[in-house]
Amino acid sequence: MAADGTLVAGAPAPAATGRSNTMQRFARRRSTIAFLMALPLIALIGGLVVYPAGYAMWLSTLNRRMTANIGLGNFEILLESDTFWMVIWQSCIFAVGAVIAKALIGFWLAHMLHHIPAKGQRKWRGMLLIPWVIPPALSTLGWWWMFDPSYSSINWLLNIFAVPAVPWLGEPWWARLSVILVNVWYGSPFFMIMYLAALKSVPDQLYEAAAIDGATGWQGLRYVTLPMMQNIISITVLFSLIVTFANYDIVRVLTNGGPRDLTQVFASYAFQVGILSGNLPRGAAVSLFMFPVLAIFAFFILRGINRRNKEQM
Amino acid sequence: MASKGMTRRGALRSGAGVIAAGVLSAPMVHAQGTGGSLRVAFWDHWVPTGNDAMRALVKEWSDKNRVEVTLDFINTTGNQLQLAGAAQAQSKSGHDIISLAPWDVGTYAGVLEPVDDVINRLVAKYGPINPVAEYLAKREGAWRGVPAVSGTQNKPACVRFDLMQEHAGIDVRAMWPASGQAGPGADTWTWDTFLTAAEKCSKAGFPFGLPMGAFTDAVDWVGALFASYGASMMDEKGKLTVRGNQKLRTAVEYAVRLSKALPNDVWAWDDASNNRALISGRAALVFNPPSAWAVAKRDQPQVAEKCWTIPMPAGPEGRFLAYLPWTSGIWNFGRNKQTAKVLLEFLSERSSAEALTSKTSGYDIPPFQSMSDFKIWETEGPPVGTVYNYPLKPHHKAKPSIAFAPAPGEFAAQMYVQALNTKVIARVAQGGDTVDQALGWLERELTTIVRGG
Repeated sequence: MAADGTLVAGAPAPAATGRSNTMQRFARRRSTIAFLMALPLIALIGGLVVYPAGYAMWLSTLNRRMTANIGLGNFEILLESDTFWMVIWQSCIFAVGAVIAKALIGFWLAHMLHHIPAKGQRKWRGMLLIPWVIPPALSTLGWWWMFDPSYSSINWLLNIFAVPAVPWLGEPWWARLSVILVNVWYGSPFFMIMYLAALKSVPDQLYEAAAIDGATGWQGLRYVTLPMMQNIISITVLFSLIVTFANYDIVRVLTNGGPRDLTQVFASYAFQVGILSGNLPRGAAVSLFMFPVLAIFAFFILRGINRRNKEQM
Repeated sequence: MASKGMTRRGALRSGAGVIAAGVLSAPMVHAQGTGGSLRVAFWDHWVPTGNDAMRALVKEWSDKNRVEVTLDFINTTGNQLQLAGAAQAQSKSGHDIISLAPWDVGTYAGVLEPVDDVINRLVAKYGPINPVAEYLAKREGAWRGVPAVSGTQNKPACVRFDLMQEHAGIDVRAMWPASGQAGPGADTWTWDTFLTAAEKCSKAGFPFGLPMGAFTDAVDWVGALFASYGASMMDEKGKLTVRGNQKLRTAVEYAVRLSKALPNDVWAWDDASNNRALISGRAALVFNPPSAWAVAKRDQPQVAEKCWTIPMPAGPEGRFLAYLPWTSGIWNFGRNKQTAKVLLEFLSERSSAEALTSKTSGYDIPPFQSMSDFKIWETEGPPVGTVYNYPLKPHHKAKPSIAFAPAPGEFAAQMYVQALNTKVIARVAQGGDTVDQALGWLERELTTIVRGG
């Protein structure tokens, strides 16, 4: 057992050398070495995650001029704003809607790919990953051209088939749908690749045993595939939910929050309030609003995963 | 044994080469003396020749004053310049001079060097300065930036005179000729006339291209419209003026009526959509600087030669012109503040302003009324004189405007960025609210903005 208190080298130190020996022993402890080796990462996380997060929290307690601490005043003010309630509601529609769609499409794609012979699979895998590897700001610009209010190429195609033009970005529900659609297009390959990896790790014997027991394809999926993928599904959904809640570029490029703030999400609204309107503390409060909710959500999902892992051991 | 990999010495040598190449490629305007050095971040001009004109002026000044100037042109795509300003104000390090977007001067007033001495000398030389520039750049009695020439724009009406004549029966060139006086019928160029013309042109298939979203072109023209109806939402002390405000109600009702004559997608238009509407020949009128006309001149010359710039229409409270200025600020944590002031003063001189404006085909607007007579606005074409009425001239009998003035800058900035004026119209015209409901919403939003200091 590699207990923290053991030494790397077993040679006993002479008792008479006193303090220097104690220091040497301390330096040679596995825990000390492990700590020192992890130190660059700890410093990185401290500098790039903990410090900015702490600074944002402190910032959210200040008044607009950053001259006085108003406690939770910014959150209180936000909760009294019609627009902010709309932002909460829209962020939830956007994140939950997009994550469900991405998970379903990713699952379906992974199954399709899994059943393609290995020779051709790589090609399809590569092609399906393309949306995920293009910088989203760039690909969203492409989508914006397709949705352009006056010169939409999609509408041009629809018009050929006598379908009336769709106000993709001008009508609230169409605009919301467009924003979700682009996020799903961008994020589905991530789900696909994760689910594909999980599918490949399900032993064939389980399916064979299920088939011998007379299980249908649906029962195989329900009682073999899904339980075996439960952990990866949970992790992927959690990760994607956090990232989707924090999404900024799609809304910014596609709709700029419009029409009438009806596609505004936390990140775009935080930028508008904090940077563009010059109210950094309130912008920080907007961006931190979902932090406790997501933290609780993450806690329960990760606890579930740990429990299942322990049960399997 | 000969080593095939890179030696440590070799790596160091290559690294030094890379650093040297980086340093040498930085856009630095060299001078041979010891007048110090300046790092300047200017707005990256839309007009390609705009940066060259600025570079030439700065070089002329740096040679004369023996100051080394490093010029960075930062664009506003993705709000890069605003982000640079926010980061530098927070970290108290960065450039010595930075171009500031209209409301950023107020936001960063606490870390900007007062420049009253520069402004006083310029005003003594060139007369009164644009009141909107003063409203934006002056905080607690002190000027916190020098109103810039580069990038500053007006947004008058750019009209397809052929379509306007054919479908609305208005000869805009006769009304607003390229001479120092108004023509016959100029007094009838009001928002009521405008509405009738918009409806007629819309019926003919050439609607006016007026954006109604949350971008600056939309907020600016609606701001000028509201100003000409005397419709304000907040007074200069920060007191809300929404409840029982008949002028505001009239302006909103007018805008709702007008919006029915506009293309149905204007709620999603950005700052380029109106340009495209004009250039493609679909729109009979847009409110814009001459950039739309300039692109048409290059890409659709048959459209450009039928464009004519005229002032915005007048309302019951007068004629207003949407004005969007840039301001050059000097960080108070900079090392060479006095030198920075000298450079900004030089760039505001009439000769510098004329050089900048001429090189940008008349796009840049100087902050002094006395500089509204540059030759370039008379000679640009086709048709010659098309941008004559782009700067605000005395015979326009107009005032410059920015949306949400005279509200205190810190509140007006938030109202502007959140586009409250176009949203209140959209709530009625698109969202189906009554005017009372929309104004109630507006009042609640303003209360939220005012709270928290």
